[in-house]
Amino acid sequence: MRFLFKTDYEDDIRLFPHSGYLVSYGLLLAVLLVAPYVLSSYLMSQLVFVCIYATVGVALLILTGFTGQASLGHAAFLAIGAYTAAYLQKYNVPFPIYFLAAGALTGLIGALVGFPALRLQGIYLVIATISFAFIVEEILARWESVTNGNEGMRIKAPSLLGVTVPRDSPTFYFLCLAVLVLTIVGTLNLLRSPTGRAFVAIRDSETAARSMGINVALYKVKSFAISAAITGFAGVLFAHKLSFISPEMFTLQLSIEFIIVILIGGTFSLHGAVLGAIFIVMIDPFLTYLKDDMPGIIAGIAATFGAGTQGAANVQSKVAAFASLNGLKGAIYGIIIVLFVLFEPLGLYGRWLKIKLFFQLFPLYKRATFKRQKIYVKSERNR
Amino acid sequence: MLDFVQQLVSGVALGCVYGLIALGFVLVYKATEVVNFAQGDLMMLGGFFAFTFIGMMGLNYWVGFAGAVAAMALFGMLAERIVVRPILGYPQFSIIMATIGLGYFLRSVAGMIWGTDDFKIDTPFSQGVLRIGSLVLAHDKLSVIAATIILCALLYLFFNKTMLGTAMRASSENMLAAYYMGIPVKRVVSIVWAISAAVATCAGVLLAPITFIHSNVGLVLGLKAFPAAVLGGFGSIPGAVVGGVLIGVIESMAGFYLPEGWKDVAPYIVLLAVLLLKPEGLFGLHVRKKV
Repeated sequence: MRFLFKTDYEDDIRLFPHSGYLVSYGLLLAVLLVAPYVLSSYLMSQLVFVCIYATVGVALLILTGFTGQASLGHAAFLAIGAYTAAYLQKYNVPFPIYFLAAGALTGLIGALVGFPALRLQGIYLVIATISFAFIVEEILARWESVTNGNEGMRIKAPSLLGVTVPRDSPTFYFLCLAVLVLTIVGTLNLLRSPTGRAFVAIRDSETAARSMGINVALYKVKSFAISAAITGFAGVLFAHKLSFISPEMFTLQLSIEFIIVILIGGTFSLHGAVLGAIFIVMIDPFLTYLKDDMPGIIAGIAATFGAGTQGAANVQSKVAAFASLNGLKGAIYGIIIVLFVLFEPLGLYGRWLKIKLFFQLFPLYKRATFKRQKIYVKSERNR
Repeated sequence: MLDFVQQLVSGVALGCVYGLIALGFVLVYKATEVVNFAQGDLMMLGGFFAFTFIGMMGLNYWVGFAGAVAAMALFGMLAERIVVRPILGYPQFSIIMATIGLGYFLRSVAGMIWGTDDFKIDTPFSQGVLRIGSLVLAHDKLSVIAATIILCALLYLFFNKTMLGTAMRASSENMLAAYYMGIPVKRVVSIVWAISAAVATCAGVLLAPITFIHSNVGLVLGLKAFPAAVLGGFGSIPGAVVGGVLIGVIESMAGFYLPEGWKDVAPYIVLLAVLLLKPEGLFGLHVRKKV
């Protein structure tokens, strides 16, 4: 086991506390850089989505995880980013400029949403963000001169330094990866700066933060703006990846998916956003795989346990019928969310930490280390 | 003028629908400070239960109705036991996510069992209309309005006059203190889930002739009922109904007088405006936290 002796604040806020971090993240980066030349094109496409979802996840973590302001309206920010890109591209604005413009505009709108949100808390904030998302969705569907209404907009492949970057090329993947890495590094830096400390203070207790001299309103608006801007950047990439956007892509369903990303990944660390994004994006191909291959596998198991050929075929057809039931995916989704909330509240990253600690402390690990504290909050109405 | 009154009445009827679902939200919130995002889906399930009893098994309407309410009350307790009880006392956010998950699950399971078609229940109210002058009111809408008023009054009395209602309010104020005072908090929570599932079922059955029943009806109506509850101030029973009626009237007026597209957005715009002026809703309590 390694002990880190921290002698001053600089030691405490280092991005890489010890050389092990450099090695493991370096290896990860190397793997990610080689990936497009090894993986199939389908998996690469999924990996691009992982990058985009993880970027949104990081944005949502800043707002929800670190500032404690719940939002079920991030699909709207994503939509604003995507539509800004599509609109500006029509007028031959170069990629870098509309990329930045989309982020700036979304950030501005995020700040505007943040102002009314200042007075709202808990459930009222959730419904206000849902309302905002609905209104944006409706505007996108109705403002036909700009957004082309329900027919949607096509968006051409971006051109970078005079070279067109098709949406399934390795270059586009590198672009998304670069945005993700820059977002993560930027967020890490933000979180160890006074601004980030203020965010966390507000999350833990608004009253205490205010009495320490933190301008709660200012920092809440900042948090909204930063989170929205990052989501806007992700929106540009999202639009380019899909190459076609329409209002019904940016529904409440998508906002919930983003919340699920950070919930499943873990809301207390940026690792959570990435792990959650991998989970959400990969669950689709995984379920498809199960649907195709599970019947055969289960029939094989049944056969080895002495069910005759007839019985095995019977089992196979039954399992296949069950697997192709309509809506099975939704049920599995629901069960996964409930199970995570009940049994793994710290998310996938929490599980990773537990496993790590188990081996570090072996044989002294005790489960109570990560036990949740029941808080029995007094009525949130009296806040 | 007649148009206006007609729109007003149908808005009120629609609003009572939202109010009925919002009542369920408010009940659970009032007693446990939990926001149950699966409320609309409980309503949908209640409707399907009633459809099974009445439409498929051919029971009498009222018997089937009562059966569905009883079955859903049990189901509400079961859902509370499995999904909510283990995380009682943890931050609200986790419970919201758990109920969203429950909603997903119920929606797709209902889709698997009953298919994705629209279903209709034949009720004693399906046919008749009431005419006052040249104003036409369908009986099914009147039945919703009547049921909303009755349920709202009953629940209001229940919360303010009975022992159990007081216990529920106490456990929502401060769960731990209520427990110390000898209130069986767990049982209280389980009862309140049963009641709210029963109210949801009433909503589902009464709605069946108006909106039909399909597996997504809960999501659609739940998303309208939720602003209704917030508008009224989450935690106020009359507030839920008033909020629901407001949303319903705004929606039907906007649909009639404003250009297309406003109908769906207008309730949310009004909601945002109200929240800006009164962040705790129209009937919400505003108490400042003491440090």
